[in-house]
Amino acid sequence: MATLKINDINKNFGKTEVLKGINLNISDGDFLVLLGPSGCGKSTLLNTIAGLETANSGDILIDDYRVNDMEPSDRDIALVFQSYALYPAMTVRKNVTFGLEQRKTSKEKIEEALVNVSNLLKIDSLLERKPSQLSGGQRQRVAMGRALVRDPKIFLFDEPLSNLDAKLRVEMRREIKKLHQKLKTTIVYVTHDQTEAMSLGTSIAIMNHGIIQQCDSPKVIYDKPQNVFVADFIGSPSMNLIKGRIIEENNNLFFECDSSKSKTNIPLKNYKFVQNKNLKDKSVYFGIRPEHVYLNQNSDQSFEIKLKSELNEYIGHEQIITFNFNDQEILGKFSSSIDIPGNQEINLHFDLAQISLFDQKTEERI
Amino acid sequence: MEKNNLKFEQLETASKKKKIIYRWILFLILGIFALYYITPLYVMIVTSLKSMEEIRTGNLFYLPKSINFDSWLEAWRGQLVNTTSGLKVDAGNVYLKNYFWNSVKMVVPAVAISTILGALNGYALTKWRFKYDNIIFLLFLFGTFIPYQAILLPMARTLGVLGLSNSITGLVVVHVIYGLCFTTLFCRNYYVSISDEIVRAARIDGAGFFKIFFKIMLPISLPILVVTVIWQFTQIWNDFLFGATFSFGEAAPIQVALNNMVLTSTSVKRYNVDMAAAIIAGIPTLIVYVLAGKYFIRGLTAGSVKG
Repeated sequence: MATLKINDINKNFGKTEVLKGINLNISDGDFLVLLGPSGCGKSTLLNTIAGLETANSGDILIDDYRVNDMEPSDRDIALVFQSYALYPAMTVRKNVTFGLEQRKTSKEKIEEALVNVSNLLKIDSLLERKPSQLSGGQRQRVAMGRALVRDPKIFLFDEPLSNLDAKLRVEMRREIKKLHQKLKTTIVYVTHDQTEAMSLGTSIAIMNHGIIQQCDSPKVIYDKPQNVFVADFIGSPSMNLIKGRIIEENNNLFFECDSSKSKTNIPLKNYKFVQNKNLKDKSVYFGIRPEHVYLNQNSDQSFEIKLKSELNEYIGHEQIITFNFNDQEILGKFSSSIDIPGNQEINLHFDLAQISLFDQKTEERI
Repeated sequence: MEKNNLKFEQLETASKKKKIIYRWILFLILGIFALYYITPLYVMIVTSLKSMEEIRTGNLFYLPKSINFDSWLEAWRGQLVNTTSGLKVDAGNVYLKNYFWNSVKMVVPAVAISTILGALNGYALTKWRFKYDNIIFLLFLFGTFIPYQAILLPMARTLGVLGLSNSITGLVVVHVIYGLCFTTLFCRNYYVSISDEIVRAARIDGAGFFKIFFKIMLPISLPILVVTVIWQFTQIWNDFLFGATFSFGEAAPIQVALNNMVLTSTSVKRYNVDMAAAIIAGIPTLIVYVLAGKYFIRGLTAGSVKG
């Protein structure tokens, strides 16, 4: 139970800047997910919080106490590693209690904590086994047990599910979520898997090149991405970004797609701009998610358009159709039960309540 | 269809025949090599069991007429001669017993110290980043290329200054220093393959440098420790140059004594005693290989039980 504040953290390895002025504010009981492509600095940030790496500048505060100069073991945090990092020569029991023994906890307290945790994680039947005798999922549980048993202020998870197979990953994801609901501990969780991030986090910080691109609730990140990177990173397939510019006709703003051929103007009168200045003639990306392209009108802000279907990718529960929109590709995601003919003009509806516009120069949301 | 089948049958017999021929060629070559390696050992053993009379008259490869361990005893505790006060060991004779224990007293601490220090070095070099760690590792690597002869003079001077010349302790120091580069290299290469996250987890759990080494790293190091021990034991036990240079007389290790025994015999060459002595000098290395080799394989397979 603790708050975590990260103030202006900078970190470089030699000349490579890994973290560039990271600021985060995590309140008690929050589940913050650090999400980003590999090499974006998210694991370094986590290790800095844990004290395994030292920042070049900036402060880390746990419960408003500056912990920069404290040893990892004194920060009262626990870290679950990607490789589980169980001690190979020790039994599960020893693995779980090792940290408590180092802290000179009394025998009775250790036993009590061990019983609680092993019941909670259902590892009580595995206590006498060595890590090499456990399956991947069981190792994962033991690794979590080792973290839980100390009852730390903050849990840190470093891609804990990425070594599991797909089915087990979904299962463990649910268990971590349940665990958080039950224990209400502050958690910082690193992953590169957006589904994991969306389903687990109460807030998500999307990182790229050592900078936090956006930190907000999963819903805001999905609906209102702050910039092109976030828009492109979240969602699968990612958001369609159509090049064009904003024009004004009869005092109304429209999006006009770059094209040599026919002009299709999409009305923007209901779009909530971040600010209203200098919008005219701005070069922008018009962003719409594939799942917001519909076959039928289902919103009062629908915009009807006729596009030619070019490619059909069938993936079981859904199908992804590539359309040609003035020589730019636009993807649509539909239920696989609908029959959509290839190479034909099809009537589509864009839900304009769900669109995003980005400045082509700054790549920021406008 | 019929014709086709016939063709396949012919091909099948041909390839079967080929397989058998290749097999025989393979066994023949292997047999020749095995014979080549086993012959000297065979000659040593049979010669050590023969009497001098038999050696002079008989063929080198003949089996002994009767098995007798006299020459072994003689090599171990010297030739017994009749004196006024009964049977006694001939004072002028070199025999192995004392030197054997000299070697044991040298090998055990030297192997133990160099192995444990090598493991500690390897652990520090891989799991703890510090300034210039790469350069230090390079220096260790460089150390493995230094030939024995190159360190003789400086080492003699160092031992003199330390007051350890012509002593078992001095030889232990020499072998520890010379072996350290090898043991460090072995252990470093082993620990590199072990996940850093284990050490990080232990640090978060509150264990320090030595605790992590002894409680977590050392218990999983058996395979590499066995390799290191075999290597160091063989090197140190079989070493002649350091022993001959830094010790003489009573403090010499067994290989030096063996050399003295074989070369300084005043009378006739006694091949049976020489052979027995050579075998005695080689037995400990064989024992280490047999015993540790078993643990080596066990150590390698212990980690491979995956879930």
